[in-house]
Amino acid sequence: MPSSAILEIHGVSYAVGGRTILREISLDVAEGETVVLLGRSGSGKTTLLKAINGLVTPTGGEVRFEGKSAREWDPIKLRRRMGYVIQDAGLFPHWTVGANVGLVPRLDEWPAEKVAGRVDQLLGEVGLEPGQYRDRYPKQLSGGQKQRVGIARALAADPPLLLLDEPFAALDPITRYDLQRQFLALRQRQRKTAMFVTHDVREALLLGSRIALLKDGVLDVLAPPAEFLKSKTPEALEFLASLEDRWRPS
Amino acid sequence: MNSRLVTEIASLSLEHLELVGISIGVAAAIALPGAVLLARHARTRRWAVGFANVAQTIPSLALFGFLVPLPFIGGIGQRTAIVALCLYALLPILRNALVGILGVDPGVRESAVAMGMTRRQILWQVELPLAVPAIVAGLRIATVTTIGTATIAAAVGGGGLGVFIFRGISMVDTPTVLAGAVPAAIMALVADEGLEWMERKLSPA
Repeated sequence: MPSSAILEIHGVSYAVGGRTILREISLDVAEGETVVLLGRSGSGKTTLLKAINGLVTPTGGEVRFEGKSAREWDPIKLRRRMGYVIQDAGLFPHWTVGANVGLVPRLDEWPAEKVAGRVDQLLGEVGLEPGQYRDRYPKQLSGGQKQRVGIARALAADPPLLLLDEPFAALDPITRYDLQRQFLALRQRQRKTAMFVTHDVREALLLGSRIALLKDGVLDVLAPPAEFLKSKTPEALEFLASLEDRWRPS
Repeated sequence: MNSRLVTEIASLSLEHLELVGISIGVAAAIALPGAVLLARHARTRRWAVGFANVAQTIPSLALFGFLVPLPFIGGIGQRTAIVALCLYALLPILRNALVGILGVDPGVRESAVAMGMTRRQILWQVELPLAVPAIVAGLRIATVTTIGTATIAAAVGGGGLGVFIFRGISMVDTPTVLAGAVPAAIMALVADEGLEWMERKLSPA
């Protein structure tokens, strides 16, 4: 196990109501890398993500974060050290963009001026002009803008790990591509570690340092993109086939 | 005679307002914390809403009949009326508050948990503010219907504008009935408008 592993997943299983969702998944995430959890709907990728920040408690195995078992972490403290972004951003509709982004710093009781400065800095980072967007409400934003705010909120307290659950899945292809590239740039600037759930193999290849392919709750392939392209498991071949099939005029 | 009528209308209206105010206040003091607790306990919730539902279906005159012989909460007078009016007001307040709290977008709640908010912070900063319009709507329904129902309080000596109505009925005198009914109707309309305004005012942007 590399000493730089910020997150260690050891034989994690999860079963509910007699149904096994995750089967003994083991995976280490090193500092600075983006591990993409790729899989179809129901493959268990979102559940695995939720097992990391304690939204679900694994029924077997162990998650360790920063060298400490999740069981020993205070769940509130643990979650504040992990940014979390979901598909529809999950912004609080009754708060302005600024209040949404400043949430975790405020919970951690930063002084107000420091929160305000951080909010403006982050809005800039995700490509939203602070003066223009800080005081808007989520319903006044487009889907892409909401997602940018969601990412800014997740980054606000500078957490060492980002968890993203299909953050771009609901966006139109052009906005999605734009956000994917911005995410790459942002990650390079901030050297963030991230777990990124997607069902889109293109997105996985574009964003992942490594791709973890899940099939029916089992870790099927774990490889960097270049190697993933050469994977021969049936599930990997199906995902790769979707990449090659192009629409051609007959 | 005319000025005596006006004074009586005024004093009975005040009494009526008092009945309604106390009843809604007590019902809200029970139903709102109740809704917060019940929002987290699905099984108890079914029982509690069921109880409130049943209370709602008891005809009001019959309910007074049940209450009068009871010790402490019964008897003749204002207290019995308030107990009955409270029971009727519980359901709309409870149910609307529950709808408001449980209706918070699951993605919003999930984000709140995942961002490391405590349960108390989620309740006070997210769930309750988002539930405010539904809560006020419940209070509004409860208030308006209680203003109407409270006219029956006079049947058990609870006072209020119902005094005119019962007197008018026994004397077969429509103007006397109207002396009770019209102020009650105006009161209901004003309360409805006022609370609707509040509902809009408090809605999250």
